[in-house]
Amino acid sequence: MITREPVITVKNMVKKFGNFVANDHLNFEVYKGEIFGFIGANGAGKTTAIRILCGLSTPTSGVMKVAGYDIYRQTEKIKQNIGYMSQKFSLYEDLTIYENIRFYGGVYGMNMAERKARTAEMLERLELTEYENRKIGDLPLGWKQKLAFSIAILHNPKIVFLDEPTGGVDPITRRQFWNLIYEAVEKGITVFVTTHYMDEAEYCDRVSIMADGKIVALDTPQKLKEQYNASNMDEVFLKIAR
Amino acid sequence: MNRFLAFLQKEFHHIFRDPRTLVILFGIPIAQLLLFGFVLTNEVRNVKIAVVDHSKDYLSIRMTQRLLSSGFFQLAATPSSESEYEGLFRSGKVKEIIVFEPDFGRRIMKEGKAGIQLIADASEPNAAQLIVNYTTAIANGFVKDEFGQNQKLPGVDLKVRMLFNEDMRDAYNFIPGLIAVILMLISAMMTAITITREKETGTMEILLASPLKPIQIILGKVVPYMILSIVNALVVLLLGYFVFEVPVVGSLALLLGEILLFIFLALSLGILISTFVDNQVTALAMSGFVLMLPSILLSGFIFPVKNMPIPLQILSNVIPPRWFIEINRTVMLKGGGLEAIWPNTLILMGMSVLFIFISIRKFKIRLQ
Repeated sequence: MITREPVITVKNMVKKFGNFVANDHLNFEVYKGEIFGFIGANGAGKTTAIRILCGLSTPTSGVMKVAGYDIYRQTEKIKQNIGYMSQKFSLYEDLTIYENIRFYGGVYGMNMAERKARTAEMLERLELTEYENRKIGDLPLGWKQKLAFSIAILHNPKIVFLDEPTGGVDPITRRQFWNLIYEAVEKGITVFVTTHYMDEAEYCDRVSIMADGKIVALDTPQKLKEQYNASNMDEVFLKIAR
Repeated sequence: MNRFLAFLQKEFHHIFRDPRTLVILFGIPIAQLLLFGFVLTNEVRNVKIAVVDHSKDYLSIRMTQRLLSSGFFQLAATPSSESEYEGLFRSGKVKEIIVFEPDFGRRIMKEGKAGIQLIADASEPNAAQLIVNYTTAIANGFVKDEFGQNQKLPGVDLKVRMLFNEDMRDAYNFIPGLIAVILMLISAMMTAITITREKETGTMEILLASPLKPIQIILGKVVPYMILSIVNALVVLLLGYFVFEVPVVGSLALLLGEILLFIFLALSLGILISTFVDNQVTALAMSGFVLMLPSILLSGFIFPVKNMPIPLQILSNVIPPRWFIEINRTVMLKGGGLEAIWPNTLILMGMSVLFIFISIRKFKIRLQ
């Protein structure tokens, strides 16, 4: 499924907050259909980069394209073609599952037939059909996260950005969450994910490791392990970070 | 348009599902109205009064009888010296003291006028005003009956003194002021809180990353509160008119136009606050202390601006309700038109533009 066709190109992305450089000349491409991991300690600049690519923040300098659109001039087009799930839980707790889906479907301009079909399919997949009138606030965290992801890709975006989507979730649910990510990739969605769980880095097709606002390594997990003579990504990360 | 409707629908779900929001939206305005209304409709019946008759002549005795036989008043004390007055009020034994000056009857006959002093306990201002009004009416009626219609009436000079609250205000003034305070509460405070809630829960990020434009998000948040504000303003006006008989003397269309302008201003203020704070508690505190207290205390709602110390008078100029309450009183009670209130209208417009301008700038800085 992975091609060499880039859906995200980033050249010399720089983001400064006053004197603090959050992103220092980042260069990378994300290919269509891959799972691209952004790994790094807290404060390494992952979230800043993802926010810029989603149009939530403007870069200081650099040339960037997302889904073929220019990040400065075509943000509206970009927003139509991406999904985004932030670190914070992002559904409305006082609305039911069904109402949340209807709202986000409406926001992305889905027509009713399309939305109904996708909703039914999605609730069945998550085994939540019978709970569609439950308020989100009453659900366990793992369910909420899976639901938030499913809603982020409800409108079939080209790329979905996931900013530490599995924070605070138990290992079994994390595994289930990653199964959902694989299913999304099979549908042709490119996944851009940040995490600081090193086992999740293993699930990515390619991983870029960030430290102090710079990309210090970028390759497949396999090649990174060979290069750093490590048995798992955890070791790779520790060797680089050291 | 579909996007926007989806947004509105969600917003109304939030509002109607949160009991606290509902209490603020509908409970507080009604409670405030009833609170003031209760004071307004205080009935005058068997009010305990004291009579001090320094004259004790035919006319003063007859007038006293007339007052006491009216059913409104009941003689509770006849103090012999002025030093007893305050004690009578403090102990709650009387609500009003009527003092006839010496030679009351003789002066009326000879000089054509005489004086009565009315001293009322204005710690309950509305009740005091009512009691004084009743007394005045009875006294004037007595003079008319006694001297007939044709003759030139001798004047009874009624000197009213409101004890404990010398600066007595017309109770009607509460309704125009109340509209301002309620709109401030609903439009500004609720807007600030609801936008901040999206920021606090993280859903604002998702909305900003969606195809919705920032202006659509803000409008989606604000329009429901605008609708509810209009409903609330109308309810207060209608209740004021039908229950408390507070009239709209001036043009109703002009009044509604000004109310819309003030709602717009309050909403911009709410948006502005939401650009400064990141959580609901801070938004509530900001709205409470920065908006509500000045709106009630410095706007002229309760304390007339002209009686404030000079520094507070200057400060009151930047309090939007100060200008709006003036408009309301002018249009509702005095029947003034645009020619009387255009400066206030311009000030409100200017403030709205300023708030919107700062909000947009703050919003752009945040995105950078």
